Amino acid sequence: MTVLDQQLLKSETKKFTFGYAPDHFILESGEKIGPVTLAYETYGKLDKKRTNAILVAHALSGDAHVARNQKENNNPGWWDNLIGPGKGIDTNKYFVICSNIIGGCMGSTGPSSINPQTGYEYGIDFPMISIGDMVNAQKLLIDNLGIEKLLTVIGGSMGGMQVLQWMIAYPERIRSSIPIATTMKHTPQQIAFNEAGRQAIIADPNWKKGQYYSSRVPAKGLAVARMIGHITYMSEISMSEKFGRRFKRRKEPYKFGAEFEVEGYLRYCGDNFVKRFDANSYLYLTKAIDYFNILNGKRLARIFKGLKAKVLVIAFKSDWLYPAHQSQEIVKACKLSGVDTTYCEIKSTYGHDAFLLEIEEEEHLIKHFLNTVTNGSNNGVEKPETDLHEN
Amino acid sequence: MSKLIKEKRVRAQGIEINEESIHRCVSIGLSVFQEDIDTGLSDYADNSFDYVILNQTFQQVKNPSFVLREALRVSKKTIVGFPNFLYISSRLQMFFGGKVPVSPSLPYEWYDTPNLHFFSIANFKEYCKKEKIQIEKEIFISKNKKVRFLPNIFGEVGLFLLSK
Repeated sequence: MTVLDQQLLKSETKKFTFGYAPDHFILESGEKIGPVTLAYETYGKLDKKRTNAILVAHALSGDAHVARNQKENNNPGWWDNLIGPGKGIDTNKYFVICSNIIGGCMGSTGPSSINPQTGYEYGIDFPMISIGDMVNAQKLLIDNLGIEKLLTVIGGSMGGMQVLQWMIAYPERIRSSIPIATTMKHTPQQIAFNEAGRQAIIADPNWKKGQYYSSRVPAKGLAVARMIGHITYMSEISMSEKFGRRFKRRKEPYKFGAEFEVEGYLRYCGDNFVKRFDANSYLYLTKAIDYFNILNGKRLARIFKGLKAKVLVIAFKSDWLYPAHQSQEIVKACKLSGVDTTYCEIKSTYGHDAFLLEIEEEEHLIKHFLNTVTNGSNNGVEKPETDLHEN
Repeated sequence: MSKLIKEKRVRAQGIEINEESIHRCVSIGLSVFQEDIDTGLSDYADNSFDYVILNQTFQQVKNPSFVLREALRVSKKTIVGFPNFLYISSRLQMFFGGKVPVSPSLPYEWYDTPNLHFFSIANFKEYCKKEKIQIEKEIFISKNKKVRFLPNIFGEVGLFLLSK
């Protein structure tokens, strides 16, 4: 990418700032922070009635650049195969918005931003962030764009958690929702993988309690955290197919270099991640994921009560990080609340990554589901919600 | 189901086990869960639906007795449609051909049939009586026409409206 391209890219990313003094932005924890900036990108055109807006919520390591901008040819977005002109989410028809989450490091306010009170980076003085905070911030952005009701909110993994949060926090602001490969709450196993990643960062001597911005970053720790993450995003089959037991080079075996191809790949992913991601953001965001619990003491049958939005839940067969039974639990909650829901478990060998890779089936489902939502399905038009069932 | 939504303006929810069929349902705008009907109704409270329709599925479920009980429990009324195994042409194929019948309503060969249970209209009525399931209405169809005379022989498909 040339410098000019980079400038172009920057110019496509817009900023929205809110939470100025004295009110600030109030977090779920009760703490205040401000001002807060969200970096966001939009694709396509908002129609006159403002009914064709789709919010895309990104996963842990994502950013606002979800698709290719009009002037770009060589800078695909992270969901480029799904979103664009003529694609599953057709930007000729829909107005797509994607913002970097609060707590992130891709242009939105996070631990690597300057704390206006000190003039230095927040580091671990940054307040604890929740999935609810991410969604509350997105809602302010949607308000600011003058959108009363989103056609849909869609996302996978941590993005899927934000989708679920939209369903309970702002049900009247969405016409539909698409949570993909996600869960209503983390199991101890899911928390454990995140904790191993966090400990890798914290154990890196360069981390220095999060105050590393003027010196060397905890690159090794963050890289190991990313390696652990990558293992959980793939499946046994996808790894076997991609790497087998092949060796990279057999020059110096048993010297603990990257001997197997899979080792080389993980190291490459880890090192690459360090170039674009902030270690403190990784700590904060994985904590937000671990603490997320949409039930929060409420009964499963009550959680989506009264939700009028149509829901499309998608899971993938080989995803062992967010296994299908967790999606089925979401479906069960929808069932018990009488929510108009479609659920599909797509065959795939890619593991959790399938939501970014197993595009053909996913695209087909999403495209037709959005058509149905746009055209206003008759399903349930004349039936009051109470007619269905009470549990 | 699509017809019911369009013409009768009902609120409908499908249950389907096959992924390809889910894709087809979604492409015509239906809401559908990918689930096994053998267990898929258990989450619902009693009388959650006005109607449950088990159309051409009843002979394919593992445990028809349980599925029908569940359908009746979660609905006010249940509609069951199934192929009559003892339809006249099947009887003739069995009697004269000495083979398991293949017909438009039972189009499968014995080695690749999804059908697990083979029963007649008479079997089903006897079963409903034994289980104290009320038959509110019944019609029998052959070649797109209603059959009134000896339905257990001349009815290719049986349709029943049932209640508890």
